[in-house]
Amino acid sequence: MSKNKPEYLINRNDNQYEVVIGLEVHAQVTSDSKLFSTASTKFGAEPNTQVSLVDAAFPGMLPVINEYCVKQAIKTGIGLKAKINKRSVFDRKNYFYADLPQGYQISQFKDPIVGEGKVILDMPEGQKEIGIERLHLEQDAGKSIHDLDPKNTFVDLNRSGVALMEIVSKPDLRSPDEVSTYIKKLRSIMRYLGTCDGNMQEGSLRADVNVSVRTKGSKDLGTRCEIKNVNSIKFMQMAIDFEANRQVDLIEEGKSIDQETRLYDTKKNETRSMRSKEDAHDYRYFPDPDLLPLEVSDQFIEKLKTEIPELPDDKKKRFIDDFNLSPYEATILVSDFETSKYFEEVITKMGKNKDIKLAVNWITGELFAILNSKNLEISQSPISAKNLAILINLIKNGTISGKIAKTIFELMMDGDKDPQKIVEEKGLKQQSDPKALEALIDKIINDNREKAIEYKQGKEKLFGFFVGQAMKVSGGKANPQLINEILKKKL
Amino acid sequence: MSDITKQSLSSLIKNIKEKKLSSVEITKAFIDRSEKSNELNAYITEDYSSALDKAKKFDQKPNLDLKLPGIPIAVKDLFCTKNIRTTAGSKILDNFIPTYESTITQNIWNEGAILLGKLNCDEFAMGSSNETSFYGNVQNPIDKNLVPGGSSGGSASALAGQLTPITIGTDTGGSIRQPASFTGTVGLKPTYGSCSRYGIVAFASSLDQAGPMAQNVKDCALLQEIISTYDPKDSTSINFKRNEYSKDLTNNIKGKRIGIPKEYRVEDMPKEIEELWQKGIQFVKDCGAEIVDISLPHTSYALPTYYIVAPAEASSNLARYDGVKYGFRAMGENLIDMYEKTRSEGFGAEVQRRIMIGTYVLSSGYYDAYYLKAQKVRKLIKNDFDEAYKKVDAILTPSTPSSAFKIGEKKDDPVSMYLNDIFTVPVNLAGLPGISIPAGHDDKGYPLGLQIIGKAFDEQNILNIAYAMEEKIDFKNKISDWWIK
Amino acid sequence: MSIDLKTIKHISKLSRISVDEQKAQKLVGDLNSIFKFIEKLNELKTDNIEPLTSIAETTLKLRSDEVKSKDIREQVIKNSPQDNEDYFVVPKVIE
Repeated sequence: MSKNKPEYLINRNDNQYEVVIGLEVHAQVTSDSKLFSTASTKFGAEPNTQVSLVDAAFPGMLPVINEYCVKQAIKTGIGLKAKINKRSVFDRKNYFYADLPQGYQISQFKDPIVGEGKVILDMPEGQKEIGIERLHLEQDAGKSIHDLDPKNTFVDLNRSGVALMEIVSKPDLRSPDEVSTYIKKLRSIMRYLGTCDGNMQEGSLRADVNVSVRTKGSKDLGTRCEIKNVNSIKFMQMAIDFEANRQVDLIEEGKSIDQETRLYDTKKNETRSMRSKEDAHDYRYFPDPDLLPLEVSDQFIEKLKTEIPELPDDKKKRFIDDFNLSPYEATILVSDFETSKYFEEVITKMGKNKDIKLAVNWITGELFAILNSKNLEISQSPISAKNLAILINLIKNGTISGKIAKTIFELMMDGDKDPQKIVEEKGLKQQSDPKALEALIDKIINDNREKAIEYKQGKEKLFGFFVGQAMKVSGGKANPQLINEILKKKL
Repeated sequence: MSDITKQSLSSLIKNIKEKKLSSVEITKAFIDRSEKSNELNAYITEDYSSALDKAKKFDQKPNLDLKLPGIPIAVKDLFCTKNIRTTAGSKILDNFIPTYESTITQNIWNEGAILLGKLNCDEFAMGSSNETSFYGNVQNPIDKNLVPGGSSGGSASALAGQLTPITIGTDTGGSIRQPASFTGTVGLKPTYGSCSRYGIVAFASSLDQAGPMAQNVKDCALLQEIISTYDPKDSTSINFKRNEYSKDLTNNIKGKRIGIPKEYRVEDMPKEIEELWQKGIQFVKDCGAEIVDISLPHTSYALPTYYIVAPAEASSNLARYDGVKYGFRAMGENLIDMYEKTRSEGFGAEVQRRIMIGTYVLSSGYYDAYYLKAQKVRKLIKNDFDEAYKKVDAILTPSTPSSAFKIGEKKDDPVSMYLNDIFTVPVNLAGLPGISIPAGHDDKGYPLGLQIIGKAFDEQNILNIAYAMEEKIDFKNKISDWWIK
Repeated sequence: MSIDLKTIKHISKLSRISVDEQKAQKLVGDLNSIFKFIEKLNELKTDNIEPLTSIAETTLKLRSDEVKSKDIREQVIKNSPQDNEDYFVVPKVIE
């Protein structure tokens, strides 16, 4: 599963198997109120406090669709370069469950709001296109809590009726790594668009994973199993790995694979059949007679197109073209909207004579390191883009050395301090006065006369020793370039 | 006091406005008569004392600009009423007290009306005789042991029995027009989308429509004018220009073209129905309207279509009654066991039968053969009407293939019961407005109705035709008060 | 086509209505007579007919994204057969 291995294959005996994966991603639409009711969608509220009479399916209550959710779905469709269907239909998916108050979920079955589209993945071995089959709008269910009481199940309907986009990929994915990249890319696009916050911990993004295996080179699809409702990328990868191997084992033993729904057990790292439930399922889809077909005009779609921000792929291209970044650097900087925003702000604040490479290195190096260690999002960065820009400019114009900059960077974290002020307060300004430096170097040469002689006799390695001494004596403040020049002259 | 309850709505309003009667006097009169009428079993829930309080309040500060000033009204128990038990005639909602009000009843209260109580109906409006109600049979005031029709049987009985001056019902396949016809009253099923479905216990969403029931056409027009409003809370509510139906009412129907569909001349239709129809044709002619023979070729497919579409939608609409959020719950060992017992004990036989039919026609492998097919035939039925309305302004038919039948007579034969709705069901399938007016009696003295079907949103036109015919017919309902001792 | 006991049991499962043997037998009879009457539709050729999706001849209206219904837990839970003030309570779900 290493990043450099281009193909994910399972070897058994003398056979090589390829894994075919398709994803049904459920992404919670970012909106204030629910898809068909006016209750709030806020996460983390007290149980059953965000439930309207519509969500709890009281007699005579009727769904009325939220325009914003429709717009969000269309925007996402545009972001996936997909066909927007001007006419779509809401259907009822009928089944009984404690957290499904209506006894049906309103979804789109035959005529989804968004048709075929695509997502481009940047894999180490190059770009890969993953086809999108469709995107449709549907209601989320509530939550059944089984572990608060030995005899009973508790039901919280806060999530009931929250808008979801189900984004169905074509079976174009071939490895757990591709799945991870795909999910991250999808999340990145939706975050750019502001259509889904992609927060997997809060369940805003989860997926059903369809896995099948086939002999490498085969064109036919194997029998697939659907792993339901996996809510982290790591678990998706582990579940696929387990499931693919399970299927290969079955084939190798000459057994057949049943098309079924399976559940991933995160504790045991295995998938389990949910067949008991499957038997009873016949969803009896039919168009919801409480709703009419959803029709959107060309103008409606065109207006939304004008509201689409620059998306990761375009931004990446611009970063490469305008800032001369490598594709690798650009990919890192655009993968998260907030990161790209931060980067662009640093660039702007750096003014005219800017060193973009230096900015990239500082962001992807020092900044990412502290964010990682502190487990922070870039939007929560303790150092603002403005101050990081000042710091980088101080390096660029020779006021401080790169080494001092690291010290200052540490100090800046405490309350987003202005690096200029830190330099002044702590007297960290780089010594660039040639006279003072000459005096300093004269003293060092004097104190280390024997080494100076050795150097002159050809022991060139000792040059570094003198640089080190100069830095040490100056408390790191000496301008390294000048030190080099003076040392060369004096020695 | 007894003559108060005999008065039409218009006359009650006139008396209130002229201060000849107070709201308390009127309300008391209807309560008194209702209390003497328990044998009709028209009420499921009475709200008399609070009705009297409201009447007193009204009289203290009467707002006579309202359209129903201080008028007491009982309504079908399918409309959710805030803080008043709403059962839909079902055990499964026996203890259900809504915290909200249906748009239609709200519209009525907004015009000054006062709730008397909730009227009996077939369970979830599934029935044509009011015999499927968990709360028992309703008697037709016309004669003992006669069904009042259904599903708005309690409404029709209360209206004909003068327990309420007007009322509202719901009509999915004939549930307003058939009981109106069986009790000698006027009932209008409006165009689909004319009256909000918000807060009405759903039976079949694409067919359900609430409507007014009254002693005469004018009262019916007034009530329609009040209940028909555009409602953003119902996605199928339609925003069209609504008339002031009572103000715009006219008996001038000269030059109107009235269609007579040959397919409504069904096999085995009683002679008296045929005669009634001919009489109706003569009346509209007398009013100066023109009679045009038309064809609605798919009429005989309407009932089979209805018995796929309505149960399919009902099977899904009634899934919410699962013993979790409200209503009746039977004890179960686990969730599924609880569901199965709750729904088996909570729903009556007819409702279960229809849920089963609906589940079957939607189930995997049968959807295309039944549900999809039915939606295609429904399109053909609608096309029939569209074609006909190129030639005519309205259509005149009998309301029902027979007069009211005895309680128990058809109970065990679902198909013969369903055949009751043969003339009314096509109107629901096509989403059109239809009104039933009393037009005569059969040889037993039971009332018979004629139906006028209009173009979509053309309620005014069929009300006008009904109004003109009413004058000619001069129908007198024969109510002997047999149930009052 | 006729509906047998097995079909009745299957749809009773799907619709979550328990039926005992006697009730199931009665339903077999009822449903068969109803479906015999429904089969009349097979007389019609409908291959090229577009099914009706909605009888209301208008398009879906969209509402604005505003939170209007809030803090009504008491109302929502009030009618429930079993609750603990926070949650609806149902018998254990057995998978």
